[in-house]
Amino acid sequence: MQANLENRPIATHEASYPLAIHDLTVAYSRKPVIWDIDLDIPEGKLVGVIGPNGAGKSTLLKACLDLVPKASGDVRIYGQIYRKNRNLVGYVPQRESVDWDFPISALDVVTMGLYGNIGWLKPVRSQHKAIALDALDRVGVAQLADRQISQLSGGQQQRVFIARALAQQAQLYFMDEPFAAVDAATERAVVELLQDLRNQGKTCVVVHHDLSTVTQYFDWVILLNMRVVAAGPTQTVFTQENLHKTYGGKLTLLVEASEALKNLGK
Amino acid sequence: MIPALGNFITEWAGWPEALDVLLLQNYNTRLVVLSTTLLGIASGIIGSFLLLRKRSLMGDALSHACLPGIGLAFIILVAFGGEGKYLPGLLLGALVTGLLGVGMVIAVRNTTRLKDDAAMGVVLSVFFGLGIAIMGLLQKMPGASAAGLEHFIYGKAASMVLSDFGFILTITVIVIAVSMLFLKEFVLLCFDDSFAATSGWSVTLLDMILLLLVAAITVVGLQAVGLILIIAFLITPAAAARFWTDDLRGMLVWAGILGGLSGWIGASVSALLPNLPAGSLIVLVGSGLFLFSMIFGNARGILKRYWKHLKLKRKVGRQHLLRSVFEIIEAELRGESREPVNMAVSVDRLQKHRTWTPKRLHHLIKAASKEDHIESFDAHTLRLSEAGFGEAARTTRNHRLWELYLISYADIAPSHVDRDADSVEHILNPDMVRELEARLLQKESSLAIPRSPHQIEEKGVTP
Repeated sequence: MQANLENRPIATHEASYPLAIHDLTVAYSRKPVIWDIDLDIPEGKLVGVIGPNGAGKSTLLKACLDLVPKASGDVRIYGQIYRKNRNLVGYVPQRESVDWDFPISALDVVTMGLYGNIGWLKPVRSQHKAIALDALDRVGVAQLADRQISQLSGGQQQRVFIARALAQQAQLYFMDEPFAAVDAATERAVVELLQDLRNQGKTCVVVHHDLSTVTQYFDWVILLNMRVVAAGPTQTVFTQENLHKTYGGKLTLLVEASEALKNLGK
Repeated sequence: MIPALGNFITEWAGWPEALDVLLLQNYNTRLVVLSTTLLGIASGIIGSFLLLRKRSLMGDALSHACLPGIGLAFIILVAFGGEGKYLPGLLLGALVTGLLGVGMVIAVRNTTRLKDDAAMGVVLSVFFGLGIAIMGLLQKMPGASAAGLEHFIYGKAASMVLSDFGFILTITVIVIAVSMLFLKEFVLLCFDDSFAATSGWSVTLLDMILLLLVAAITVVGLQAVGLILIIAFLITPAAAARFWTDDLRGMLVWAGILGGLSGWIGASVSALLPNLPAGSLIVLVGSGLFLFSMIFGNARGILKRYWKHLKLKRKVGRQHLLRSVFEIIEAELRGESREPVNMAVSVDRLQKHRTWTPKRLHHLIKAASKEDHIESFDAHTLRLSEAGFGEAARTTRNHRLWELYLISYADIAPSHVDRDADSVEHILNPDMVRELEARLLQKESSLAIPRSPHQIEEKGVTP
């Protein structure tokens, strides 16, 4: 474990980093899920978050978005706490996190990305719908705008979710498994879109499962297994050795974790 | 009418009277019917949000937790020398303990590992038990039995007076107006609360507003429907509305209409048959409307779904027939190494191709000729029309593409693939077909029909 330390970048909280995480620990009912995360994500990168099930990938995203309470540490978005800079952030939750039987259209879902801008009690206007429609067009499903969302295929639903984040017109995007259970055409379209965003100087942090496409899709990777095993440019960090540490090292981590908990009690 | 209903006949005032009640011509019942109709509309609308937030039973916990509040409010009112039966005072008490009950459900859920349903079960029974106990104690207080507090349990619409009506009218108008004002926020809250939180909305605050509206409707509905049955007033119209529409605004309108109808008809019938309390009749009418919606709803009713299923079944039958004809032609001409062209095939051979009974095959042929897929047929031969042959070629092609896909991507043995392909190919849409083409076919042959990856055998009687 000692050897990993050199792979961990030191967080600086400079405002130039879209995302800087310092000493972040998150626990669910006193059981730590992610430990002591230190990360500085540079601007304009496609960042893949990789790790086995239960490694805390979604939790890391949720902690960055203030959706789960932090046990310790802090997260800065362009140098500020989340609440101050949240209009710079776009979010694509896991597709299964909502009820797709809900009685609304694809366009209604995408418009939700603009509700934050519209503000309390003000109605959705036609200029908002135009932005939403444009976002749907960018993911290639503008023709499905009026379709009720249960009538969309899994890939189309995922595209609608991504369009909603696009409508947020953010600088930093968090996406939770946007490639899970989608068809090949959707995967291609989403990857192209991510590259577009990157070329516009935006940063995307993407939870990803398919190890075979990591080098192809991402400039940067975070290898996560309760703690950051390694993080950095894909060519240097995405190595056999680091992968083995990430996917094979779970048991030792748990032992370490329970010992740390014991020490905490002393 | 049967003798057992004799009681009712003596009470039944006759049709002209019934019409007067329904059309609000009768002064005595006008207020009651108007009140329950209004309540129905408002609870349909607010119940829709409750249903979509998946908190239906929260309304039940809330209403049961109202009972001790009514009793306590009565004691306090009397203690301060006022008249015990002061409706806004009693309902304020109900509101306080109702919200307290919901607060306790949330507290139990957040501090223990119990889930919502268990937390609600515990809190609901504790509050209701407490309420019954207080009601029992009250029986000894002067004027308590005359106040008719027990009406809040089962509801007694007929006891409403003009001031009650004004009160109900005010509250329902406020509830409807506020829920329209918060339409955008509530939709976001119900669909995706974590996204709402990340884009700066306070989920707790929105939940509180929604809950407060539900509480307001529950409390004003107590007098008419009673605390046990109010949950049906909140949920049944909303659930029924879902069968008629896939659009949220449509759902709110439908739920309002269905709720209003239940209130109107239920209270009217109760006015004509005083032995039947309004609360139960409203619920029964609402449930009847629910049943009707479930069967006939034009968005997702049972009949609609059955009709869709029937259409798919027909399509499957037609595609099987056309593909069989194509495969027979293909087999005939392969001997002569020619591409398949439209030609007559023997009905006898067709029957052996799949396990069709003669009756089923005849039925399929009849149906296909109605769709102009068949040019001519008699007892022995059958010939497809141009359109039919084109459709047959397309169907066969999709079937084979799907088979190839299963073999190359899903690792299914070629001998098993025909059966698996059968179930999916009928629902392939153009997008999926293009995807299959891109994966499986060389560019130059993309319009050709791939050869079957397995031996096509005749499944009928072996010759």
